[in-house]
Amino acid sequence: MPHISLSNLTIAYGNHHVLQNITVEIPNNQITAIIGPSGCGKTTLLKSLNRLVDLYEEIKVAGEVRIDGVNIYDPKADILALRKKVGFLSQKPYPLPMSIYDNITFGPRIHGIDGKNLLDQIQKLEKHIPIDSLCPNGRQKETTPRKNHEMAYLVEYYLRLAGLWEEVKERLHAPATQLSIGQQQRLALARALAVEPEVILADEPTSALDPISAQLIEKQFKILKNHYTIVVVTHILRQARRIADYVMFLYLGELVEHGPAHDFFNAPRDQKTRAYVSGEIS
Amino acid sequence: MKSRKIEEFVFKVLMIASVTLVLCILAGILIVIVMRGASSLNLAMLIRTPEGGYYLGKGGGIANAIVGSLCLAFGASMLSFLFGLPIAFGLQKEYLGRRLARMTRLSLDILWGIPSIVYGAFGFIIMVYLGLRASLLGGIITLALLMLPIMIRSIEEVIRMTPSELKEISYALGATRIETTFTVVLRQALPGMVTGVLLAFGRGIGDAASILFTAGYTDYLPRSLFEPVASLPLAIFFQVSTPIPEVQQRAYASALILLMIVVLISFVSRLLSRRCSRHIVR
Repeated sequence: MPHISLSNLTIAYGNHHVLQNITVEIPNNQITAIIGPSGCGKTTLLKSLNRLVDLYEEIKVAGEVRIDGVNIYDPKADILALRKKVGFLSQKPYPLPMSIYDNITFGPRIHGIDGKNLLDQIQKLEKHIPIDSLCPNGRQKETTPRKNHEMAYLVEYYLRLAGLWEEVKERLHAPATQLSIGQQQRLALARALAVEPEVILADEPTSALDPISAQLIEKQFKILKNHYTIVVVTHILRQARRIADYVMFLYLGELVEHGPAHDFFNAPRDQKTRAYVSGEIS
Repeated sequence: MKSRKIEEFVFKVLMIASVTLVLCILAGILIVIVMRGASSLNLAMLIRTPEGGYYLGKGGGIANAIVGSLCLAFGASMLSFLFGLPIAFGLQKEYLGRRLARMTRLSLDILWGIPSIVYGAFGFIIMVYLGLRASLLGGIITLALLMLPIMIRSIEEVIRMTPSELKEISYALGATRIETTFTVVLRQALPGMVTGVLLAFGRGIGDAASILFTAGYTDYLPRSLFEPVASLPLAIFFQVSTPIPEVQQRAYASALILLMIVVLISFVSRLLSRRCSRHIVR
């Protein structure tokens, strides 16, 4: 049973239909790429999965998005729990106006996760991704899970999970704005992971980054997909080829084609997909 | 081609001319006040209260007015900040609707334009109705009313400049509106808020008309909230309207003191706002 399934999802801003009748199931523990030209509703589709579209005015949503069997657009749905379960990475990384350390602890603190719960959360995760596997050869984790210092351990764990620890461990209490933009995006990843989501949504997460930082993010995604379901919006076709296991192609608000990445790129069925993949339209 | 270059030149000259004009006005005020007042400025003026015959040119100082003005302005700043901050936050689109916010803004702009003597008269009527006499408390309340529109509008402007993506990140982590407001927006807007408070403080400490009836005047240092209190603008007014040249000189010295207080406060607030802007996301 997949985490996320959409049926007849239609979204309109005022009278302008951005998405029409999207029906798809997003596979678990894989990287799903949403591709398509600019202005075709990719970001709207992504933001509909954690109800960030609610922040836009005059938006109308019809149809269903089911996450773990619950329709998230049900008026009774718990929106805060939804956003805890579905993490989000924006196009341009924005550090919260606080220190690196506080950026990571922001999520756990607002959700009231502390002490023993924190340790449980990390231990559960460590079964899938042990912290030692995240340390470079010959190095050990540096913070130990002591009583009353659980937060510090959580910060190290998630910074390692996002591949940022080695670069910031000396200046955890410095303002996060001092980081380079590539580091800020990995900080954003660590911050999103720290509330222990099951799904990660990423809106063109590398488009503001230099190629090396972009590569780091892609590498981190490949590590993370074993434990998380990842949905990435990208307009870089080559990036989709590199990282995607499953691809959805949006064109002018319609889901033209979707399928496993291998089939999608090698044997596209639809005329438009073929034109897009071969570079005739963009 | 030529005419476009002339246009460029004309506007450059206009800009330089207006900047020079502004600087000249400031310099002019400073020169007049220093030339006329510096000779009678001495320590006694700062630390002593008026003694018998002070307004006829005999000994004493205006410590009563200095302390009084500081009490009035700090008290009113705190009071109007206390009420202004929630209103400024409330004006965001997440809280009040667009229309109500626009109406509130309009009323604030009208209040901003109301002459301070009208606030004084209004405050006086309220005090008469409540059976209060001219007092520090009355002055603080009236001044706070006068400051409120400036405070709210300038704080609201900086809050509105918070990037919406930053708020989106906080929401995406599962934060509520209040959590986002207090942990993210407040931190981001803090340096701008300091400037807003300073603007209001500056207007408050220099205003004479609104406290003329409501705070009264006395030759003693303020002792309680319910007794009349002296203030620098009124001290200047009383001294400059005597026919005795020595006392008139003291009026300029008092003006110099008032100016120095304002300069000092702006200097401190600059420092403060630079300290707070460590974490600001640009």
